[in-house]
Amino acid sequence: MTVKKFILAASLVVAPVLLTGQTQSGLDPAALLKPLGASWPTFSGDYTGRRHSALTQLNQTNVKNLTLAWTTRVVTGARGGVPPTIIGGVGTREFTGGTVKGAILAVDDVLYVTAPDNVWALDARDGRELWHFFWKTRGATHIGNRGVGIWRNYLYFETPDNYLVSLDAKTGEERWHVEIADLNQQYFSTPAPIIIGNHVIAGTGNDLDGPGFLQSFDPETGKLQWKLYTVPMNPGDPGLDTWPSLDAARHGGGHTWMPGSYDPETKLYIFGTGNPTPAYTGVGRPGDNLFTCSLIAVNVDTGKMAWYYATSPHDTHDWDSVQTPILIDATVNGKPRKLVSMAARNGFFFTLDRVTGEHIATTRYGTATNWAKGVDDQGRPVSEPAKEATIPGALVSPTEGGTTNWQPPAYSPDTGLFYTQEENAFNMLYLSDPDPRGSMGLGGKIRIEVGSTPKFLTALDPATGKVVWRRQYANPGGGIGLLSTAGGLLFGADGSGNFVAHDAKTGKPLWHTRVGAISNAPQTFMVDGKQYVMVATADQLWAFYLY
Amino acid sequence: MRKIVAAAALTCTMLIALAAQAPAPGGRGGVASFPAQQRDPDDPALVARGNDIYSLECRSCHGPDLRGGEMGGPNLLRRQLVLNDQNGELLGPVIHGSRKDQGMPAITMSDDDVKAVSAFIHSVLAKAPGQGAPPPGPPVTLNVLVGDAKAGAAYFEAKCSECHSVVGDLRGIGARDLGAVGLQNLWVSGGGAGRGRGAAPARRVAPMTTRRETTVTVTLPTGQKVEGRLERVDDFLVSLTQADGTPRSFRRNGDTPKVEIHDPLEAHRKLLFTYTDKDIHDVTAYLASVK
Repeated sequence: MTVKKFILAASLVVAPVLLTGQTQSGLDPAALLKPLGASWPTFSGDYTGRRHSALTQLNQTNVKNLTLAWTTRVVTGARGGVPPTIIGGVGTREFTGGTVKGAILAVDDVLYVTAPDNVWALDARDGRELWHFFWKTRGATHIGNRGVGIWRNYLYFETPDNYLVSLDAKTGEERWHVEIADLNQQYFSTPAPIIIGNHVIAGTGNDLDGPGFLQSFDPETGKLQWKLYTVPMNPGDPGLDTWPSLDAARHGGGHTWMPGSYDPETKLYIFGTGNPTPAYTGVGRPGDNLFTCSLIAVNVDTGKMAWYYATSPHDTHDWDSVQTPILIDATVNGKPRKLVSMAARNGFFFTLDRVTGEHIATTRYGTATNWAKGVDDQGRPVSEPAKEATIPGALVSPTEGGTTNWQPPAYSPDTGLFYTQEENAFNMLYLSDPDPRGSMGLGGKIRIEVGSTPKFLTALDPATGKVVWRRQYANPGGGIGLLSTAGGLLFGADGSGNFVAHDAKTGKPLWHTRVGAISNAPQTFMVDGKQYVMVATADQLWAFYLY
Repeated sequence: MRKIVAAAALTCTMLIALAAQAPAPGGRGGVASFPAQQRDPDDPALVARGNDIYSLECRSCHGPDLRGGEMGGPNLLRRQLVLNDQNGELLGPVIHGSRKDQGMPAITMSDDDVKAVSAFIHSVLAKAPGQGAPPPGPPVTLNVLVGDAKAGAAYFEAKCSECHSVVGDLRGIGARDLGAVGLQNLWVSGGGAGRGRGAAPARRVAPMTTRRETTVTVTLPTGQKVEGRLERVDDFLVSLTQADGTPRSFRRNGDTPKVEIHDPLEAHRKLLFTYTDKDIHDVTAYLASVK
């Protein structure tokens, strides 16, 4: 089934704004409301965050015959070649060496691949490059790019130097760019924009005590529709009583550097926020520091917050709660519930009612997680102050990188399991800047990793948060996100260079191939009646199918 | 906010470090991450003059390190207006009294002096090491050795002495020039303290002992045992080098062949779950006393 067939369902949603002269070709936003199938039209495949494909051509019986369809390398930078690279950008600097660490969209038999400052369109059948766009930068942290968003014939991507850039999907030519955050204040932008109706939802990041925010832009013009700050910015703002002062709140972080999920029934976009700042020295910001390290539900049309839930009140370990939230329908205490679940970087798993934000379950899923005394009556972890950075050193698990991080989890409605990768390592945290004013950014500490303990592929029951099974990885590294399919398969990287298909029920490996250090989460799509699965290893793309 | 997800360098020989969210100070690929670091340096004489004026007019409120002073002025290093200022064009009006209602007094200062102060502030910002950390200030002495050496000796005897001895492999460990933080990281990790961030240790620390290798024993269905140094292992393959230097690899199918990995750090790894921070500080104090 192609994306075009989805257009018939468009009337079910908010009618997208159509401007005079615009054609109806390209990806209709209504297609994003459909379960994930032949195409992969948004960061998580669809709005649910489940990364569960309805495709069944590949299944537990035939996956052993999966074989290489094609492999190709993408080349960053302002190179020549055929076709020639299209150059954009406001700056003069050329960043090269970025790798593929985000979602690859698959729409109408074309793949859209990104690295920081780079977008490629490839033929999905053989990986042949159709066009390449390169953005010259003003600087900024070039840590990763999580992919493009697509609305009709237009692509949207964020640059490290804080532009939202729109390209023509057919040609790669730039339509416009708008500045979305201030580089001088050290913002940098990595997320994949999420298209919802006629909204382009764009988050951003910052390491220097800047306030976090989420913005919505008009897909046609790039005009700002709304901007939601994630920390109090003015007297009287909600959450201000969880900070010692307005100044502390306005330098409080809470960045929005990973895409969220969307519930069309309530029109709520549900996303996670990053750590409060200064990250490790919380002495200058006593309180829960809302709305950092929280799940937030925002109405996509108004930009108003509907509910929030703090997953790490007063975080002091840089444990951003930006992990992909997954929308799940399950039975809790005999009643069908609309849920949202998150396996957080801090080693705790949370399930909430996604309509109201009501707390349902919290569990400690990180086997080694040792920083909390327990959870309070709202299921929020209560931190142990002795496990903050101290002058003589504190042994803390997880490490700064967390039990998981940006690597996307998955959920299968067939097995009812929430899948995540679970890293269990320890670091020593030393307070190196005991200044009573607190430090800045990620400063003020020395952090040394002192040991890893077993790392797992972990399956949880989202209704209870209980771990159903763990499968230990042979090595502690790796694990870069997951993909579930209706063929009963769970795809992932094993941290040893293997791309592995697991039995989604048990975790047992059914197929593998060694491609090297995988750098993004697996995806699937269908072209010419063949189901492909693909991953990237830095700048190399690998697509597999049944011959 | 961002971080490095790293394979802590303690298991096997197969390590894949994944830079998940890892800005290096100054950015990567030759692109400085912090705009202040990309500025053309101002004339040192101008910066020095700005420093003098700052000390006279600004320091008591904004602090010697610009992070706020005793008189309650805000941290200038993270202030939006300061970050956006280029050559005093934004600072000037504030210095001249535009924020009197917010407590910032009007200061008489020529435009040239405002430019000098701006140049000084930006010169400090340019020294920030990245990820929003403050520019380095004067060194502070931190007392890391807070543990009870006697309690540490008892802990060592109970938990460590099966493998280690202060008259054997750890002889004179406290006399080595490791620093208390280095010593502590060294023994907690078993010699393999991995990567991290923050003020990096001043020097590389040699392993505490001759590091033993991870070895593996593979028992084939015939009963034959093959042993050697573990090169790599995953669910599907195990590779080793035998004592005579011959490499061997075996395909794995579930529990066949039987693979036993002998990780010299296994005991250290298990102890990570049991230490209290006091145990750690005590043992460090004890080892520091072993001269």
